[in-house]
Amino acid sequence: MTGLQKFWRKDENNHSSFSLNDVFVLQCDSCFFCFRGTFRPRHKHLQQRRAATYLLFLWSSARLLVPAEPRRYAAHLLGAGKSPQLSLAPLPQNYISCNVSIFWEELKLPYFIFLQLEEEEAKDSFDVDVAVTNPEKVGQFNYPTTSSLPLFKSKAFSVRRRFSDFLGLYEKLSAKQTLHGCIIPPPPEKSVVGMTKVKVGMDDPSSMEFVERRRAALERYLQRVVSHPSLLQDPDVREFLERDDLPRAVNTQTLSGAGFLKMINRASDAVNKMTIKMNESDTWFEDKLQEVEAEEQQLRKLHSVVDSLVNHRKELCGNTAIFAKSMAMLGNSEDNTALSRALSQLAEVEDKMEQLHQEQAASDFFILAELLADYIRLLGAVRGCLDQRMRAWQRWQEAQSTLQKKREAEAKLLWANKPDKLQQAKDEITEWETKVTQYERDFDRIGMTVRKEFLRFEKDKAKDFKIQIIKYLEAMMKSQQRFIKFWEAFLPEAKAIA
Amino acid sequence: MMQEGLDDGPDFLSEEDRGPRAVNVDLEMDATLQVDISDALSERDKVKFTVHTKSTLPNFKQNEFSVVRQHEEFIWLHDSFVENEDYAGYIIPPAPPRPDFDASREKLQKLGEGEGSMTKEEFTKMKQELEAEYLAIFKKTVAMHEVFLCRVAAHPVLRKDLNFHVFLEYNQDLSVRGKNKKEKLEDFFKNVVKSADGVLVAGVKDVDDFFEHEKTFLLEYHNRVKDSSAKCDRMIRSHKNAADDMNRIASSLYTLGTQDSTDLCKFFLKVSELFEKTRKIEARVAADEDLKLADLLKYYLRESQAAKDLLYRRSRSLVDYENANKALDKARAKNRDVMQAENNQQLCCHKFEKISESAKQELIDFKTRRVAAFRKNLVELAELELKHAKGNLQLLQSCLGVLKGNT
Repeated sequence: MTGLQKFWRKDENNHSSFSLNDVFVLQCDSCFFCFRGTFRPRHKHLQQRRAATYLLFLWSSARLLVPAEPRRYAAHLLGAGKSPQLSLAPLPQNYISCNVSIFWEELKLPYFIFLQLEEEEAKDSFDVDVAVTNPEKVGQFNYPTTSSLPLFKSKAFSVRRRFSDFLGLYEKLSAKQTLHGCIIPPPPEKSVVGMTKVKVGMDDPSSMEFVERRRAALERYLQRVVSHPSLLQDPDVREFLERDDLPRAVNTQTLSGAGFLKMINRASDAVNKMTIKMNESDTWFEDKLQEVEAEEQQLRKLHSVVDSLVNHRKELCGNTAIFAKSMAMLGNSEDNTALSRALSQLAEVEDKMEQLHQEQAASDFFILAELLADYIRLLGAVRGCLDQRMRAWQRWQEAQSTLQKKREAEAKLLWANKPDKLQQAKDEITEWETKVTQYERDFDRIGMTVRKEFLRFEKDKAKDFKIQIIKYLEAMMKSQQRFIKFWEAFLPEAKAIA
Repeated sequence: MMQEGLDDGPDFLSEEDRGPRAVNVDLEMDATLQVDISDALSERDKVKFTVHTKSTLPNFKQNEFSVVRQHEEFIWLHDSFVENEDYAGYIIPPAPPRPDFDASREKLQKLGEGEGSMTKEEFTKMKQELEAEYLAIFKKTVAMHEVFLCRVAAHPVLRKDLNFHVFLEYNQDLSVRGKNKKEKLEDFFKNVVKSADGVLVAGVKDVDDFFEHEKTFLLEYHNRVKDSSAKCDRMIRSHKNAADDMNRIASSLYTLGTQDSTDLCKFFLKVSELFEKTRKIEARVAADEDLKLADLLKYYLRESQAAKDLLYRRSRSLVDYENANKALDKARAKNRDVMQAENNQQLCCHKFEKISESAKQELIDFKTRRVAAFRKNLVELAELELKHAKGNLQLLQSCLGVLKGNT
């Protein structure tokens, strides 16, 4: 889609400004389409994009018309040498539909022209510092990977990845048959609000926090992926970690066709789950499902309480700062000098406390709350792999019933004495017999994988929680030590009042 | 139902609160008259204070005696001081605030309504919290009333007041009814007039440097103390909220920990215990801040208002004096009612001088008292904060030791 960029006018700053002061007339079959308007990239991130593609959807009267040769005309009007590549797939896959619809009163044309804007997910232009925390590998937006495994070509390397790439990796891994039954770590969630604020270039602390939060979440995500023995072997993962330029992940936008497909699949899955009742020969799985569900509920509750704590601490922060200022004012107006000084000192102590509270709130959030959120998502993934096992069972059962039907059909044919169809029926029976055996094997295999995964997951979870909670408590301890120092400094001042 | 629980056992006052309890005021305990609130009882919507007096003064029938008084009777005493012209030149100790258990009662009601939706442990925990809160408010209101009485007893003039003696000694109900609507309305108008007047009077520049300085100082100080007091309250409330959250975290972790008996679950149980203990400390920190800092600021808010009132009365009498002078001149010019005008002028002059003299002393005392109170409270605040922080630290260290040792 880079061709279209060439004939955009570049304005003084060399930014692609698609200024439509000209009238672009595209002729196609039976109608003329005109549009006019101005588009200026709203924020600097757009200006940094490599290419933005404009697809023109032309509607005439009541039909969706995909013009065959609009490109020639566009080129003609814009005076570019080459004709732009206008790919006009009926259901665009890789763009977010934009909001522009222009109706041309002046030209008295009754055509609605939709400008579909494709936006690449803007690359985070924040320089994220590299952090190697694990002797094996880590991953971030721009991250170096050090590896001692012979799988990788070099020992330490770094690649640039976009957020959609991380999502794409997850999609690819989830779809793989060979990984069925494995607990695939889910990536952090998309956040339209947060990302938009960042794109718009707001520099307030909440967007900084958002970026940091996302970076940390992606790092944890990748660490989980590479610590999984089967996932580490997976070629997609290796490609993700190694390859310099990854092809665009096209299925990750919410409003794309693939996105819609996913939603429909998920809905049908939910319906399926409700209707099939698995004949569970192994109570282990049922017990585990119940355990997982109960735990998820508990974690959710805990997460919401921790969230509330974070908010209250932030509030405490704000209120302490305000109080400190007020105290300083009071100290100013006090006419006894020693007391005045003491009050100002108190104001300073309160200021320092505010900082402590701020750090504590950050620790609450980044260590505790995020840990809980991660595990809530992970438990969802665990439930997912139990679902996969159920679906494998379902497939096996369906294959068995189909086989049964085929055998009955064969019997009927034998009875009806139609030798020509008989052979076909026999072939079908053999085919389905193999399928049945294969599906049964798949089901057993998935069952075993799930069991193994569960054990690994429990172990990792215990370790993770312990490490994080100990980290949290250590942070709390440090903050208490500083607290003590501040008050110890204040005490002599208070005693000095005369 | 909860009030019944608190009604039995009159001794809510823990050991540390016994004895001379001059919370906000630094007073010398004079053997000739010692007053304190030895006991208090909380009934449905009233609090009954037992005022205990020890005195060697001859006008009392006994040397030691107690009476039961309610909040309205304290207010009556305060108002009688304010309305007494003779005391115009003194800072009248501010009246104690009304005991306010409404918030607590509301919470209790909500707790009762939500009983079904909580587990038993949560319910008992919340109930305990509420009881502790109720107790804290109760202790505070007792302290405030006691401070008022001690101030009156320590004041060289006010302690001799007849109403005060009646208050201390009269064994039966003083039948002080609360103000009815008409009287409340009168009060309201009086206040309006006073504040309007106050503005006018404040504009008059005082010849005396001392009083001029005091006036500007007090105005500014009062406003800033008001500001600080409100903000301190907000800060402490946030602190309490954070402590409450930790409580809920503790119980959540406990539930997680009791689901199984794996290593991780034991870990959770230990952490839950830690959070429980930490929360108690945090709650105590908030309570101590409340007591030492917030109450201090609130008290000086009221007291600086009383000092402002004193200045106002003095300015008022100055204005009266000046008016009397003018009236005298007019009378002399017209040569009518000269005697009356002269008498009036003398009266006003005398009054003004008396007030000025005592006001000066009062304001100087006020300063000394204030500095002493702030010193005491700030030192105690710092010491308590340190004590709690060290306790917290120790808790964390020991818990971390156990947790790390286990893993």
